[in-house]
Amino acid sequence: MSATTTTGANSAKAGTGRPAMSPAGKVGSAIDDRMAMARPTRRLLNKVFPDHWSFMLGEIALYSFIMLLLTGTFLTLFFDASMKEVVYNGTYIPLKGVPMSAAYQSTLNITFDVRGGLIIRQIHHWAALLFMAAIVCHLLRIFFTGAFRKPRETNWVIGCTLLLMGMAEGFMGYSLPDDLLSGTGLRVIYSAILSFPLVGTWLDFLLFGGQFPGTDIIGRFYILHVLLIPGIILGLIGVHLLLVVKQKHTQFPGAGHTENNVVGTRMYPIFAAKGISLNMLSFGLMVFLGGFVQINPVWLYGPYNPAQVTAGVQPDWYMAFGDGLIRLFPAWEFRSSWLDIPPAFWTVLLLGPVFTGLFLWPWIEARLTKDRASHNLLQRPRDVPVRTAIGAMSIAFYMVMLISSGNDIIAEKFDISLNAMTWAGRIGLLLLPPLSYWVTYRLCLGLQQHDREVLEHGIETGILVRLPHGEYIEIHQPLGPVDEHGHGLLTYGGAAIPKKMNKIGGARRAVRGFFGPIESPPPVRQLEAGETEREKVNQP
Amino acid sequence: MSKFNRRKAEQDETLADGASDQSASGSDHSQTLDLIAAEAVAGDSAEPISDEQLAALSRDQLVVLGGKIDEVTVLSNEYPFEAGSKAEKAAERQVAMCFGLAGLFALAFVIIYIWWPWKYAATKPTDFTLASYYNPLLGITLGGALILIGIGLVIWAKKLMPHEISVQERHEFASPDVERLATAATLMQGAETIGLNRRTMIRRTLLGTASVLGLAALVPVVGGLIVNPYKNNELYTTLWRANMRLMRSNGTPIQPADMEPGSMQTVFPPVAGALSEPNSPTMLIRMHADQAENFRARPNQADFRWGEYVAFSKICTHLGCPVSLYEQQTGRILCPCHQSQFDITKDAKPIFGPATRSLPQLPITVDVDGYFVARSDYVEAVGPGFWNREDRP
Repeated sequence: MSATTTTGANSAKAGTGRPAMSPAGKVGSAIDDRMAMARPTRRLLNKVFPDHWSFMLGEIALYSFIMLLLTGTFLTLFFDASMKEVVYNGTYIPLKGVPMSAAYQSTLNITFDVRGGLIIRQIHHWAALLFMAAIVCHLLRIFFTGAFRKPRETNWVIGCTLLLMGMAEGFMGYSLPDDLLSGTGLRVIYSAILSFPLVGTWLDFLLFGGQFPGTDIIGRFYILHVLLIPGIILGLIGVHLLLVVKQKHTQFPGAGHTENNVVGTRMYPIFAAKGISLNMLSFGLMVFLGGFVQINPVWLYGPYNPAQVTAGVQPDWYMAFGDGLIRLFPAWEFRSSWLDIPPAFWTVLLLGPVFTGLFLWPWIEARLTKDRASHNLLQRPRDVPVRTAIGAMSIAFYMVMLISSGNDIIAEKFDISLNAMTWAGRIGLLLLPPLSYWVTYRLCLGLQQHDREVLEHGIETGILVRLPHGEYIEIHQPLGPVDEHGHGLLTYGGAAIPKKMNKIGGARRAVRGFFGPIESPPPVRQLEAGETEREKVNQP
Repeated sequence: MSKFNRRKAEQDETLADGASDQSASGSDHSQTLDLIAAEAVAGDSAEPISDEQLAALSRDQLVVLGGKIDEVTVLSNEYPFEAGSKAEKAAERQVAMCFGLAGLFALAFVIIYIWWPWKYAATKPTDFTLASYYNPLLGITLGGALILIGIGLVIWAKKLMPHEISVQERHEFASPDVERLATAATLMQGAETIGLNRRTMIRRTLLGTASVLGLAALVPVVGGLIVNPYKNNELYTTLWRANMRLMRSNGTPIQPADMEPGSMQTVFPPVAGALSEPNSPTMLIRMHADQAENFRARPNQADFRWGEYVAFSKICTHLGCPVSLYEQQTGRILCPCHQSQFDITKDAKPIFGPATRSLPQLPITVDVDGYFVARSDYVEAVGPGFWNREDRP
């Protein structure tokens, strides 16, 4: 707008031409006079969000992060990030008189002496688990539907960085209480770093301020955990969301969905209502778990002591894959006259390319497919069999590692030999990924074929007809116009194909509602003269 | 007219407007809106919209106008239930019930938080007192309140809000060529103005200084953190020294007669801080007679044991966990972290799992008073391996 019209518009607001302004209107005007927020605000309110459940996974991660910030801030008011040795004299009788670090003591105090402290601590831990789970599910959705393709590679890399940041943040978080379990995990990480050739010893002493455990690590982890890494995560989430708004959402192919539009619900008011409901449900779940389901009962483990360990040592689930891989890796050590490379280093070496591949996937795929165009329409996993199969292969690899990190528990609960579990994991790690690749690839092709078959022959109605000469046939409902042989003329457009009569309104759901029908079926209508049964069914 | 009917009527009117705007036929109103929208999008227009025209627009028209500016079209906005129908009223009651219940749960949370006897007083973790129910009750009440609000909102959104389908236009994401070229030209010209490409001497000195400055910023950060791991030989030594007695964690020494065959005892050197020192924990094991007979020592370490008694480092050579699970019949030690297994009759050699090295053996004997003592420190680095662990000074 030119300068003169802007002035004109302002004077109009102040003028008498308009009805008296409501208090909200006055606030709005006051803000807009100073910051010109009307347009950006309305653009945001009018932003159209695609309506699909899988777009909610990232939101759950966001809500978990908010919960982490809220509960974490509360915990900092009571936590003492010090490894100074103290003798416990608090409420929890079994540990009275036990020497421990101030960090562990303050964790016990949060648990037993701060009113409602335990639930906050447990909500914090559950929220961390949910945060990572939501990130992983979100990542899988993005991967399998091709949402990372141009122009969204940057957001893919930011997302992968958030995954790593979340892992580091979570690991540091559960190390802070300095209990027996987390101290053991910390020593495993120390030892893994120690295995790096040439730099391992220097890196460890730099990080820990001396030999493990030293007296610095909890304080250092604390500042990283409450300031530096959350700051980075917050910043990255901000950029992540800004890019989503700027680039607009992807969407699944469907009626009226094109590369040049977004079909869905405007943010205000309906999408916002749904978002807030998901927010409340996620918060509710975390609070419920924090109160009702015990997590990380550090008072049962006792303070860290290098000579003690509990049986069944597992890290939190998002770190467990690494632990599982370490368990499965063969006892290989490289020894020469001057260099010794311990077995732990090979696992680090193996995970390096895995994560590099994850970060670089958009470019790897673009190079393989030679597809460098921008895409706003998503792909169904079945339509990209190689990518889907690679994804399934990675999940199989991940799951074998994850399950193996609990192989001692499984061995105990199911009375299986522990060594057999280890060998099953080793063989599974090599065999299951290629097998998953092959099975998934074949499944994708099969599903593709079935899509085409339904398009050509129509939906199976389940109605069998006996023809006059005795042959039985099943009636198929074509999805669109057919040629003279009765074959459908529709071509596949990347959208889900209805394969059941009720998906095209041909059959009602028997009962809608949980306890009883919430709506009565339409009144039965007599056939009118000249009308066939089929026509009657097709009436809306 | 009920409020539902009224809202529905408004909605229909808006939709009708939107629909007629879609068709090219168009009324006077839609033409006006198109003009205003064009003006707002283009930023300048030959014919600015007068204040009177703007003032004459109704709220629904203004909403449609905003949509046009933002390139959003509402295609359908249908309420799931007919206004005033039984189903709609039932849905409204459900939502109100959820919100009401949520309020009750929240109230219960506040009451329990304040008045429930919460102070933990049990002597054992398995004892149950009223305080044991404090945390679960907080979780159920506050979590329940939040979940009920969420469920209420879901029902509201699903059953009482219109099922909206809107379309927003999306444009080629890249900027138009004119923008790109103009920006690039501005950048390049600016660089030329200050002579960034001509004045090579300035450029080179600046680049050189910048890299040194970067180093200067990095040095104090890393420099303060660097600790020489080899300065005090910490990686290669433990607290054990010659003639130190093997102490239990409660500080008492051990005589051979204190241990049954097949038993294991964790021992520490008798110095301050030994219990929390990471590398000193040692397992003193009395083998069964047959195990002792078949015991195979490493070269030059045959005299490290004392009869049936052997002492091995408790720190796993894999990743440093305490190898705590001793199976006396088979003479195997299992590390609970990654399941490495060591056979003590074969000098604690790893026989399964990821560990590659035997547990180091502590040379022991019995002193004149009949107590176990160490003959020296371990003769090799204890615990997980590192790249130059063989360079023991």
